[in-house]
Amino acid sequence: MKTRIHPVLIVLTVLTFLFLLGPLVVIIGSALSDTTYLTFPPQGLTLHWFANIFEISAFTRTMGTSFMLAVGGTTLSMLIGIPAAYALARYRIELPAFLGNVFVLPILIPEIVLGFSLMKSLASGIGLPITLALLVGHALIVLPYTVRVVGASLNSFDFSIEEAAVSLGCPRIKAFFTVVLPNIRAGIIAGFILAFITSLNDVSISIFLTGPGVSTLPIQLLAHMEQFFDPTIASVSVLLMGVTVAVMAVVERTLGLTFLTK
Amino acid sequence: MSNRLRAWLLATPAILLVFIFLGLPVLATFATTFGDPKGPFSTYAAFFNSRFRMTVLWRTMEVALITTIISVAIGFCTAWVVARMPGRIKSLLIIAAVFPLLTGVVVRSFAWLVILGKNGILNNFLLSIGAIAEPLSMLYTQGSVIVAMVYLFVPLMILTLVGVLEGIPQDMTDAAASLGATPAAAFRQVVLPMAVPGLIVGAVLVFTGSFTSYATPQLLGGERQMMMGTFLYQRAMVTFDWVGASTIAAVMVVVTLTTVLVMSKAARKLNPMAG
Repeated sequence: MKTRIHPVLIVLTVLTFLFLLGPLVVIIGSALSDTTYLTFPPQGLTLHWFANIFEISAFTRTMGTSFMLAVGGTTLSMLIGIPAAYALARYRIELPAFLGNVFVLPILIPEIVLGFSLMKSLASGIGLPITLALLVGHALIVLPYTVRVVGASLNSFDFSIEEAAVSLGCPRIKAFFTVVLPNIRAGIIAGFILAFITSLNDVSISIFLTGPGVSTLPIQLLAHMEQFFDPTIASVSVLLMGVTVAVMAVVERTLGLTFLTK
Repeated sequence: MSNRLRAWLLATPAILLVFIFLGLPVLATFATTFGDPKGPFSTYAAFFNSRFRMTVLWRTMEVALITTIISVAIGFCTAWVVARMPGRIKSLLIIAAVFPLLTGVVVRSFAWLVILGKNGILNNFLLSIGAIAEPLSMLYTQGSVIVAMVYLFVPLMILTLVGVLEGIPQDMTDAAASLGATPAAAFRQVVLPMAVPGLIVGAVLVFTGSFTSYATPQLLGGERQMMMGTFLYQRAMVTFDWVGASTIAAVMVVVTLTTVLVMSKAARKLNPMAG
């Protein structure tokens, strides 16, 4: 039996999705406009503003920094998070139940508070170089994603396969890399890519840890917006939306996007 | 090696990362607030006695609360429809909700800057159809911050609730209907109670997210609509008042954690499937 949906709800849903996608269409349109100011619908079409991104060294430099930071921070958090996720899934009885919550703390504590505290303790307190403090901060905020997504994969993994390998004489480390890892590959890829985009888009941690020398793309965008209001920002935004599309494609191919509704 | 030891060894790097780089720095921030020579609670007394700081705190609460109410309402209705759509349309709608969710907060706030600005799209449109004679000042108002925040959090709400609503078996509403319940009664007495825990989880995410946001109030609210996040940044990085900034940080943590703890307890209590 199918439940009928009230027409008012259908109209409301259509409006909601117009509200969600409209502003992004506006950005794409204004990035293509052949004017020196932001306008929509675009007047004339040009790719000039995309070319202009690469004329502004502040953008190309921070793009590089953001990319390296997202890859580095995510890798670090994966190296640390995968063993933790494995321990939580495999040794459920041996570990206290609250431990799972410890890895959620980076989401629970307001990010802006964490950013401020890291700046105070690491950058200013013990004089850690800014790039290192940024790396640690980003690894920290993506840790909940890596532990959770990889953990979801591990929870549906049958550990008796691993036990079989070990009981047949395979060393534990080798069993992990040849038996467990290939089976949770989808979770690792999806976790990596979701952590990557989280780090790439981060503002609240980076805003405290960037200085005159080192900045990230979102912070540079914020600064640029306060001074200039030309379509270059829109075109950078379109590039970032392109990254989002790529991320979604990877998640869809690994865990499926419906994973995000769980 | 015992399993217990192996488990702890594997979890240790992650525990250390959280303890050293989150636990200690945040505790140090708390400690700063109690170290004032005028007495351990003097910074808090100063905070709660300052009219300006209390205005910022109340404004932040108000914006977060309004954002939550609107996002829950829109998110619930939309998720209800999405959950009932046939497979293909459902996947398309989920993609349409995930896309903004994974797009950065700076980009999404920027869109509203373009739409609501003095020479923005909305003003130009209203001028061109003759609805207004002068451009309206829509930016840097509480309304502009709330619109952008709702925009930020509706996708999260939809995705959270689609999962919850899909989990409610169709049999339940069918059974209610076959026992004579009208669709409205079945919704009120069967679906809603089962959706409440999910609604609370989503509402907590939206409330804490908007309460602690930085980029959106910075871009769309500016100095005039200072919120806790922008206030913390301003105190820390513009006036270099680290004690004041730490106090703001502590207030933010207390509000956030209290909300999470109280509401998750409520969610457990209200869950008809539990116990």
